[in-house]
Amino acid sequence: MASSFSRILSSKRKIQILSLVGGSVTAGFLLHRDHVSAGGVPVRRSYPASAEYPDLRKHNNCMASHLTPAIYAKLCDKATPNGYTLDQAIQTGVDNPGHPFIKTVGMVAGDEESYEVFADLLNPVIKERHNGYDPCTMKHPTDLDSSKIHSGNFDAKYVLSSRVRTGRSIRGLSLPPACTRAERREVERVVVEALAGLKDDLAGKYFSLTQMTDEEQQQLIDDHFLFDKPVSPLLTCAGMARDWPDARGIWHNNDKTFLIWINEEDHTRVISMEKGGNMKRVFERFCKGLKEVERLIQERGWEFMWSEKLGYILTCPSNLGTGLRAGVHVKLPRLSKDPRLNTILNNLRLQKRGTGGVDTAAVGGVFDISNLDRLGLSEVQLVQTVIDGVNYLIECEKKLEKGQDIKVPPPLKYFK
Amino acid sequence: MAKNCHNDLKMKYSVDEEFPDLSLHNNHMAKVLNKEIYGKLRGKSTPSGFTLDDVIQTGVDNPGHPFIMTVGCVAGDEESYEFFKDLLDPIISDRHGGYKPTDKHKTDLNFENLKGGDDLDPNYVLSSRVRTGRSIKGFTLPPHNSRGERRGIEKLSIEALSSLEGEFKGKYYPLSGMTDAEQEQLINDHFLFDKPVSPLLTCAGMARDWPDGRGIWHNDNKTFLVWVNEEDHLRVISMQLGGNMKEVFRRFCVGLQKIEEIFKKHNHGFMWNEHLGYILTCPSNLGTGLRGGVHVKLPKLSTHAKFEEILTRLRLQKRGTGGVDTASVGGVFDISNADRLGSSEVAQVQLVVDGVKLMVEMEKKLEKGESIDGMIPAQK
Repeated sequence: MASSFSRILSSKRKIQILSLVGGSVTAGFLLHRDHVSAGGVPVRRSYPASAEYPDLRKHNNCMASHLTPAIYAKLCDKATPNGYTLDQAIQTGVDNPGHPFIKTVGMVAGDEESYEVFADLLNPVIKERHNGYDPCTMKHPTDLDSSKIHSGNFDAKYVLSSRVRTGRSIRGLSLPPACTRAERREVERVVVEALAGLKDDLAGKYFSLTQMTDEEQQQLIDDHFLFDKPVSPLLTCAGMARDWPDARGIWHNNDKTFLIWINEEDHTRVISMEKGGNMKRVFERFCKGLKEVERLIQERGWEFMWSEKLGYILTCPSNLGTGLRAGVHVKLPRLSKDPRLNTILNNLRLQKRGTGGVDTAAVGGVFDISNLDRLGLSEVQLVQTVIDGVNYLIECEKKLEKGQDIKVPPPLKYFK
Repeated sequence: MAKNCHNDLKMKYSVDEEFPDLSLHNNHMAKVLNKEIYGKLRGKSTPSGFTLDDVIQTGVDNPGHPFIMTVGCVAGDEESYEFFKDLLDPIISDRHGGYKPTDKHKTDLNFENLKGGDDLDPNYVLSSRVRTGRSIKGFTLPPHNSRGERRGIEKLSIEALSSLEGEFKGKYYPLSGMTDAEQEQLINDHFLFDKPVSPLLTCAGMARDWPDGRGIWHNDNKTFLVWVNEEDHLRVISMQLGGNMKEVFRRFCVGLQKIEEIFKKHNHGFMWNEHLGYILTCPSNLGTGLRGGVHVKLPKLSTHAKFEEILTRLRLQKRGTGGVDTASVGGVFDISNADRLGSSEVAQVQLVVDGVKLMVEMEKKLEKGESIDGMIPAQK
């Protein structure tokens, strides 16, 4: 029954109609003290919006930068057709003021419709986070044709491993901050069924977090595949750890080069990886796998959340567009000590992380280098940017080895 | 019943599809909740929009410990205890010694009814304390309230507390506006409460918007303290060093009644009914919501084979001196009443006073190398 409900919702136009219908229904449901929002959620308005407006004076995140009292007043009574409200969307940003140096996004989407219903807040947040990308006027290019990639095979003396990840959401089902247990289990069922149809180098197996054996768990830990219940308050305050570990799991192919996380921070996180520097092959497998999975879910009447304006729709606005992070672990001991490194990276549109992932430090001059951008550029463009950039960094390292000087490259333009 | 769109969405799925997996769980909620009860209650929503899934989320997310039995559910408003009684009544019965849906709870805050309590030996009893919680009628509870409501509670509380005089004259320290010096002092006085880190509380949504609307009020004498908007609307604490529990309880009762009068004048009395007594967020705190206790030195008695049994018979519980879930240090224990619902404040504090007096006498006997077998009490 649930799948036919989702099929009704699968057309983008129908979603817009639902939001409009919700608005006209509000007047009919106005009650004495508790009135009901556009989405039919009882909104306890004993207090005006100004009394409910959060105290954001100590906050430093994108949501806090753009949530004015006027925008709050305009949106606080609205809800998506699934009943997701503004207060829910911003809760994580209210609860996590942020760090003076790191600017987090500070809000999430509870469903695909959140990006429409709360556009007055999300659009400026997206614009700030994605270098001025304007969802009102711009279109996001999607390109998963890996044959367009060139020079994607790095010197293994420097590049230890290569990896590409993204996320995909199943249209018609709410996202991790808002999904019910049944919806989450539906995501698991839909995706696992589809993955069972993968063949050859992509053939693999699913390990449900609730049912894995101790041996399986140990193996997944040793392979560095196992993900844990989120502890970061950025995620827990957004409700993404509810009902853990129900309907969460890990799928990977037998070769251990293609891996899918189910119901962690997004419906799915898709990862292609291997040791060494063959980024082109990693990206080829990534594109092939993604397209196969998409075909398999479409056969059963499902599709991924995607729009022309925002590309692939994911929980966190920072992952819109491609949702893609393509990166390498690369040894750059000399370059790592050069004071120009950060400028070089910035101009190449790259970011560095420690080898433990985000918020870790580099060890032994080995960095995780990946693309900064997600939205406004296609997958092919971003992966090529990483390849070109890493090649440049390796050239710099080689120069420094020979005692030669390096040049800071000119900054790349956005939205080519 | 108010329309709740998100809850209606769930109704499109069957009970089987939505029912939580409680196979690894050990809490009161998991022991009581079955598909029949879930099916009966899941379509309901209190007028403020609190649903069954909201009630049980903390219990689903926190399976519990094989030895410690947590409650596993919370109320989001006063109406929760009505709307979800098919789940909450059996939980209340399990947690509160078989308390029945038809039972009536007695409230007695007349401190003069307490016998003794002013002569606990200060060589053993280091400090005495009585705490309870109060919820303000007309507002929803910490798992569910909005920022506007929480601020409304804070505003009313400040008004009420600032009008207190004499021994109760004091000052309010909002958590968001505190100076470093004030914070340091409150920590040194052991008054400051922190943002909850326990997942039992955070999974129930009680730490949202921290520290907005939260604060601490205490009297100038530092013997009467009120926490605003922590786990309950108000937590009221009377305390002092030494063993004069009678005085602590007197101040507790007098202070509470003064505060209640003021809230009533503003048409926001405390949530209370004949059946459940004072209504609080956690079902474990219904009735009196009272924990009256002492920090008492019992190094010999605490290692005696019958210590646990003595406590059980006296209807008392032990905790470490850091509070719940801490270990005792240097043989000093926090001893308090185990019961909350089904007996009055006076009765519960009487048990503490009588029980602690007896245990101190037992400790003295053991110090002299004498037996305490003849002193073991009957089950109270």
